Amino acid sequence: MAIVKLQTPLDEAAVRRLHVGDTVSITGRLYTGRDAVHHRLHSGVKPPVDLKGAIIYHCGPVMVKEGDRWVCKAAGPTTSSREEPYQWEVMRDHGIRGVIGKGGMGPKTLKACAEYGAVYLHAIGGAAQVCAASIKRVDGVDWMDLGSPEAIWHLWVEDFMAIVTMDAHAESLHQRVFEESKQRLAAK
Amino acid sequence: MRGDRLARWEPVQPMTAIAATTPESPLRTNLSESLLELIRRTSTILPDDVVRAVTKARKDEAAGSNADVALDVIGCNIGLARDNSLPLCQDTGTILFYVHTPVHYDQIAFEEAATEAVRSATRKGYLRQNSVDSISGKNSGDNTGPGSPVFHFQQWRKNFVEVKLMLKGGGCENMNAQYSLPHPELGNRDLKGVENAILDCVLQAQGQGCSPGILGVCIGGDRGTGYAHAKEELLRPLDDVNSDPQLADLERRVVEKANQSGIGPMGFGGKTTLLACKIGKRNRLPASFFVSIAYMCWAYRRRGANLDQAGNVMEWLY
Repeated sequence: MAIVKLQTPLDEAAVRRLHVGDTVSITGRLYTGRDAVHHRLHSGVKPPVDLKGAIIYHCGPVMVKEGDRWVCKAAGPTTSSREEPYQWEVMRDHGIRGVIGKGGMGPKTLKACAEYGAVYLHAIGGAAQVCAASIKRVDGVDWMDLGSPEAIWHLWVEDFMAIVTMDAHAESLHQRVFEESKQRLAAK
Repeated sequence: MRGDRLARWEPVQPMTAIAATTPESPLRTNLSESLLELIRRTSTILPDDVVRAVTKARKDEAAGSNADVALDVIGCNIGLARDNSLPLCQDTGTILFYVHTPVHYDQIAFEEAATEAVRSATRKGYLRQNSVDSISGKNSGDNTGPGSPVFHFQQWRKNFVEVKLMLKGGGCENMNAQYSLPHPELGNRDLKGVENAILDCVLQAQGQGCSPGILGVCIGGDRGTGYAHAKEELLRPLDDVNSDPQLADLERRVVEKANQSGIGPMGFGGKTTLLACKIGKRNRLPASFFVSIAYMCWAYRRRGANLDQAGNVMEWLY
């Protein structure tokens, strides 16, 4: 199985080369952003960081302050479908090229991936230690008023592994598995 | 006669030890420390029965498939969390204590000691800051607040305390479902209707509850007790067999059919969608027939301990 290496920020061509089923290994900066961040961006507040070409990680990590630095104790993906109402807009308005999460997303996000050149990357849900092992540094945090799990954490990752499950060619593994499993269960 | 009856209301053997609830009490400290260790173990070490089920699942998947990769990563994660004493999953979930206590035991003291243990576990990073005001969104920062943590107390006539702890993440909690039968597509008030309802829950959840999942199901009860009992079914060891042959058969059928659905680990496609299904029943009103389903992720963190009356651990469970 070939592994595609990605370096953030991502450019459109690199994203459009990816297809459902590809395994990627990401090095660079990830910004965490989940429910409250998406809701706040949707309400028109400007992001505190430049999201052009960035990857947003749907994740609410366990963070502990040791001395004057933050240490990441656990950082797996959270369920992405909750961001379905907002994600397309973040792609359009802020130029993000990738989303990491779990469980996949719906038709609005899939359409936006094709339209604006972005990709959905699936990390392994529950695997908070494997994910945390590739987080080498916590470089900063914004919007801490949202509470630690909802804040925007600036993570530096090396070889963060994920699987492409929605690509910029309107293909979704989630849609396919849903349709197939529905038919199989109906046949029982 | 009246005097006799009154006398029976008096504590038979007052538990002065546990009744001492001041924060400085060494006995309360014992209890709090035992519960802190219970929280640490629950958050970081997956129970053996769940590890066995995950290990078995991997053997069934095609080598190199996405499902195989997912289960491989899950296996690595289980080892890393255990070896480094760190949370298996960053969502340390709803904190549910199921406690059996002797008659006359001071449950308020237990709640206080457990709450202190939860605060301490949060400071140490065994638990994420996970308790948020539902309207303002303000995080209490220490996992306490109205309804958090959750306590289910029950008395028993034994002379020790049994505490079981379940950490249930939000991703899987969001996949819980409750059906009311009869249902136009799912069927009637019979075992086939129940089976269809459970399989519909599995279909709707796909990989979003972090499959392969484990289902706790309650047939009957009211809407509230149905969901509560569905969660309690999850306290059963994964490899036990239901003592009710009809339910045992239904459990087996649900797992078999769900695993033929092709949803697979993380919803990537594959052969293991469920690790187990545990079904119980409660009496219902003639007018109602609920099927309540608690979806648990593969990272099923549940542990327990028997405690003596001074709060020390006598035995670890699971």
